[in-house]
Amino acid sequence: MNAFDTHRGIAVAFLTHNIDTDAIIPSREMKRVSKEGLGEGLFANWRYAAPDDRTPRADFALNQAPTNEASILLSGRNFGCGSSREHAVWALAEFGFRAIIAESFGAIFQKNCIANGILTAEVDTDGIAGLAQWCADDPAQHQLHIDLRARVISGPTGKNVRFNIAESDARKLLSGLDPITETLADVERIDRFEADHLRRSPWVDLSTDDAGT
Amino acid sequence: MASTLFDKLWASHRVTASDDGDDLLYIDRIALHERTGTIALNALAARDLPIRHPQHVFCVMDHIVDTLPGRGDDTQMPGGRDFIVSTRKAARHFGLRTFDVNDPDQGISHLVSAEQGFALPGLTLVCPDSHTCTLGALGTLAFGIGTSQAEHALATSTLRLRKPENLRVRFEGALAPGVFAKDLILKYMAEYGADAARGAAVEYAGSTVAALGIEDRMTLCNLAVEFSAFSATVAPDQTTFDYVHGKPLAPTGAAWETAVAQWRALRSDDDAAFSAEHLIDASRVTPMVTWGISPAQAAPLGGRVPDAQALDTPLGRKALAYMDLKPRQPLAGLPIDAAFIGSCTNARLSDLRVAAQLLKGRKVAPGVAAVCVPGSSRIKREAEVEGLDQVFREAGFAWREAGCSMCFYAGGETFGPGKRVVTSTNRNFEGRQGPGVRSHLASPAVVAASAVRGALTAPTELS
Repeated sequence: MNAFDTHRGIAVAFLTHNIDTDAIIPSREMKRVSKEGLGEGLFANWRYAAPDDRTPRADFALNQAPTNEASILLSGRNFGCGSSREHAVWALAEFGFRAIIAESFGAIFQKNCIANGILTAEVDTDGIAGLAQWCADDPAQHQLHIDLRARVISGPTGKNVRFNIAESDARKLLSGLDPITETLADVERIDRFEADHLRRSPWVDLSTDDAGT
Repeated sequence: MASTLFDKLWASHRVTASDDGDDLLYIDRIALHERTGTIALNALAARDLPIRHPQHVFCVMDHIVDTLPGRGDDTQMPGGRDFIVSTRKAARHFGLRTFDVNDPDQGISHLVSAEQGFALPGLTLVCPDSHTCTLGALGTLAFGIGTSQAEHALATSTLRLRKPENLRVRFEGALAPGVFAKDLILKYMAEYGADAARGAAVEYAGSTVAALGIEDRMTLCNLAVEFSAFSATVAPDQTTFDYVHGKPLAPTGAAWETAVAQWRALRSDDDAAFSAEHLIDASRVTPMVTWGISPAQAAPLGGRVPDAQALDTPLGRKALAYMDLKPRQPLAGLPIDAAFIGSCTNARLSDLRVAAQLLKGRKVAPGVAAVCVPGSSRIKREAEVEGLDQVFREAGFAWREAGCSMCFYAGGETFGPGKRVVTSTNRNFEGRQGPGVRSHLASPAVVAASAVRGALTAPTELS
């Protein structure tokens, strides 16, 4: 997993609430059993002329310079709600996004972001509106700088915006360590818990033929 | 200290707590489907990591598998066959029980979990599918996860999670005729919004919920993810025990008695505190339907689309344009092109019975495409024993094999651009059922009544 510490980049704003993962990547764009090749399907319904016509729609921000090089996405409430598809995050990452700033996030989507080294920063309504306005004025010059340790987004001169992220998520992003390796490093504690758990509720254990009898 | 149901479920699975706020939570059961699960299996295989408890994992073909009679590995989705073949191969590699394309117990993963007794009260169960919360109806702590989390759960039988807040949603009162669990939850979302739970674990409670059967409780729990819940559970009671008893993987004999005694303690203490509590007077709920592109954009079927002022937001404007509706437009009588009964939300036996009762001796209106896809092969078989398939067919519904089908569009089947569909499913997102398709979520009864009239219709209007 990619670590995240600080990042500077162009921001693009989609300020609608409840942008769902079907919008981030429609199901029909998940064409193969793979975590790759998904960037092209990002926001496909909004980005292209038609499902069978890849002509870019000129009115969509990801088709316009310089926001076609955006690495930070600003949105409203409940961003990434809906389907659990991690493809939404893989598509955002492949396009080049490193951070999402929103009022709140869909719970599964938010965890998927952290698992892929993408920052999810929670900012209040006014903070997002201010950042979006400033970035839209001159996207190439008005880039955002995000400092995860300080929990600060620097945008308009002299105006830092604080963001929230759970301590455990910040730690995962900063370390970039593989969570499976970390958990298995102390597998004995799982073994101990499991022995007690299965003794207490033996029907949990399906590993033997006589389970539940 | 007084505990909630969720506190008890969480505490009984907490392996350790870390100082950064995460808990390591033990995961009893993992379900996988061909759409997202196979990617997790392949990722583990590529790292040469074993599954800690292969007996506690199953695979099922539900998302992409065809639902036309005589189906095989080929699907209408381009490249879909590869998902099915890859899943079979990965499952064999890890020695996982697989409910394959034409297995008599195949079905939508959440329904298979319930039918098999794979989900039980008091267990933790995850699946890389957001509607896993459906199984909270059994008193299971069940929640959807991503593929990376699935890899972690498979390899370690644990997940690292922050314990979410705990919201209680109470429904009180008796339901009016023609009103079902789907109407209750659409009403709740219309009132409290698509982010009502803000990631909290939800407990459904109240006299209405206590009187509902397990299948209706599943509908309530299923839609919890649509208002941003982490999970949704109903405290297990005699209704639950009666449902679980005799399921293939449920405990038997003395173990059953021990289990039930343990499960009876799975309820919130009387003085337990919740971070928030919401209340719906169920006796005042009428048949509901969504008019927009978020499940919370719902209104009474006898009502109207909200007024222009209320819709003067980016989401409001987008919804009106996409759905081709006007502010204050009446919902009843809106002509439809198609009717769909299916999905993990509302395609269980009780749903099919309700719809069939309305369809018996009636015909689908001319020009309306009507499709019924039972949620599982077992449900399909049981419905056929009761002759429900005949009722659906004679009314003009297509009667399909089990699967997720047209709940979403994967590049295969769709009703077509611009078509207005009344659907018993869970998401009315833009393009969810196909590019340009306009989805109106409703109960199976509203779907059946609307199919007959060719326009949005309350079930009580038919008689």
